[in-house]
Amino acid sequence: MAIFLNSDSRVIVQGMTGSEGMKHTQRMLTSGTAVVGGVNPRKAGTTVDFENGVQVPVFGTVAEAMEATGANVSVVFVPPKFAKDAVVEAVDAAMPLLVVITEGIAVRDTAEFYAYSRDKGTTRIIGPNCPGLISPGQSNAGIIPADIAGPGRIGLVSKSGTLTYQMMYELREIGFSTAVGIGGDPVIGTTHIDCLEAFESDPETAAIVMIGEIGGDAEERAAAYIQEHVTKPVVGYVAGFTAPEGKTMGHAGAIVSGSSGTAAAKKEALEAAGVKVGKTPSETARLMREVIETLA
Amino acid sequence: MDLFEYQARDMFEKHGVPVLAGATADTPEEALAAAQEIGQRSGGVTVVKAQVKTGGRGKAGGVKVARSAEEARAAAEQILGMDIKGHTVHRVMIAQGAQIAEEYYFSVLLDRTNRSLLAMCSVEGGMDIEQLAVERPEALARVEVDANTGIDEAKAREIVERAGFDAETGAKIVPVLQQLWAVYRDEDATLVEVNPLVKTEAGDIVALDGKVTLDANADFRQAHHAELEDKASTDPLEAQAKELGLNYVKLDGNVGIIGNGAGLVMSTLDVVAYAGEDHTGGAAKPANFLDIGGGASAEVMANGLHVILGDDQVKSVFVNVFGGITSCDAVANGIVKALEILGDEENKPLVVRLDGNNVEEGRRILAEANHPLVFIEETMDGAARRAAELAAAN
Repeated sequence: MAIFLNSDSRVIVQGMTGSEGMKHTQRMLTSGTAVVGGVNPRKAGTTVDFENGVQVPVFGTVAEAMEATGANVSVVFVPPKFAKDAVVEAVDAAMPLLVVITEGIAVRDTAEFYAYSRDKGTTRIIGPNCPGLISPGQSNAGIIPADIAGPGRIGLVSKSGTLTYQMMYELREIGFSTAVGIGGDPVIGTTHIDCLEAFESDPETAAIVMIGEIGGDAEERAAAYIQEHVTKPVVGYVAGFTAPEGKTMGHAGAIVSGSSGTAAAKKEALEAAGVKVGKTPSETARLMREVIETLA
Repeated sequence: MDLFEYQARDMFEKHGVPVLAGATADTPEEALAAAQEIGQRSGGVTVVKAQVKTGGRGKAGGVKVARSAEEARAAAEQILGMDIKGHTVHRVMIAQGAQIAEEYYFSVLLDRTNRSLLAMCSVEGGMDIEQLAVERPEALARVEVDANTGIDEAKAREIVERAGFDAETGAKIVPVLQQLWAVYRDEDATLVEVNPLVKTEAGDIVALDGKVTLDANADFRQAHHAELEDKASTDPLEAQAKELGLNYVKLDGNVGIIGNGAGLVMSTLDVVAYAGEDHTGGAAKPANFLDIGGGASAEVMANGLHVILGDDQVKSVFVNVFGGITSCDAVANGIVKALEILGDEENKPLVVRLDGNNVEEGRRILAEANHPLVFIEETMDGAARRAAELAAAN
């Protein structure tokens, strides 16, 4: 099962022939992902060679790639200035799952393509500015290192890439159903709530780790959602308690504005919803191990 | 990036938004000259306004009406150098005086919660809008704006109707809202706020004060935004880091921090702050945020350390790297080479915590290099404690 991504996923890569696209396509292939095509109008009709004699065909458009390969996931590596066009093309082709890795997309472009995809209603976008998602042992769409942790019963949703890796590493002996990096931009396609909802109904997921950070009110809303709708145990972590007001901390969305978006408010909201919140990543991992022990 | 009021005024003017004449002055003499020029349009009356990126200027005495150019000079003399909520006033704007009949409020902004845009408008402007939103929410119209269709004429009409303007005033405001939308869209803003938007005694609509926030991710198509940066008040270390392409924020502690990935670095700051409280009685605190990204090459690591060691307050450095895409042996080699590049400049204890792919090899490389100032710790919490203790002891 897992969420959003499984062994039936057939992945294409928009921007496969660029350096990042090539590197991560190879990594996805190595981890057993069915990468069935790339998209580049200037190289349509060619194939790209990867390790162990694997050849991946390049198509002119997303629609052609879907038609020829039955792809149902696209991973976007194109540079920021071309990202909106790439997303719109995939939405027009009704690609079911679109993972936008690109960092640095102007928020106007993201707001426009998000509104466009919401109106069309056929595509789930994950990201932008995210590491993608992995269902260990099944499929890996993005840049999460596949060898950190294997399959297991934890579902993970995080705004941060490296904290995703860190948490997967700390809990590698338990393993993950799916880990989703939803991205650190102010506007993202898939939220904590979307992932909580999916994990709640996924029979392979027994418990959920939710990682948030300063900026916006996604964690507060997730807390309210957990209280109402999530029966599985949730352990939380929030980064950015020491972040000063008005400064962007690496992620475009990670900013405390006035008194809103603070880590303290998010932690408080999560705890009020019954979520155990770790003070540090390692304490968070310990809390999750305790949760899993009580379930076993 | 937030703009100063005078920058917002100029940007409004460029997009056809009605504004009053205004000029900046950095000295009382410049203010005198500007008031002589601008005052001619308004019977000698000008308004001298502190240019600071914070609210509450009026209450702090940073906005003064001057009846003559000499009064403007005297007002500028008072306001320049003033401290307003921790912001020193280095510049004033001399604005043409206006006969205000009514004050309104308008803003359009990125609405993160709804992943859309939001316009807010009120016939009661001039006051603190957050206060109005709490005390009299019914007086503040909130209208969702679709990112793709924006504020066209129909949307502008909807906004003025919802705000409760009379038909005549509303008809005058509709084109102004469309012009303000052009500012928002064409300049890649995330906030355009006019408070107050006024109707003059003559019945004209004028944007009297403006606040604009621009999206740094749009710089690739907004080359002119670089000129709007307030270089004078940018921290020199932050400016240096930016030139080196590093994501650095200066804080005021003594433990320098380098890590890979924004979330991990934010987390590292927190863990160091806790360790400082728990083990040094609060003597050790994080000195900065610095995300060197996934690669962590020797050059990037050396540049990062160079910036951090340029901060005199820094007494120890904590390098916290999770080897994900780049494995730990490559990161360790990067650190060793960075130390070679820096040579004697690296004179503070460096606590390194590596974890993730190929971590044993990474730690072995660091141990073998045997740099006298490098301490290897296995856990993030342990490394934070070590770095905090070293900072407190130095």
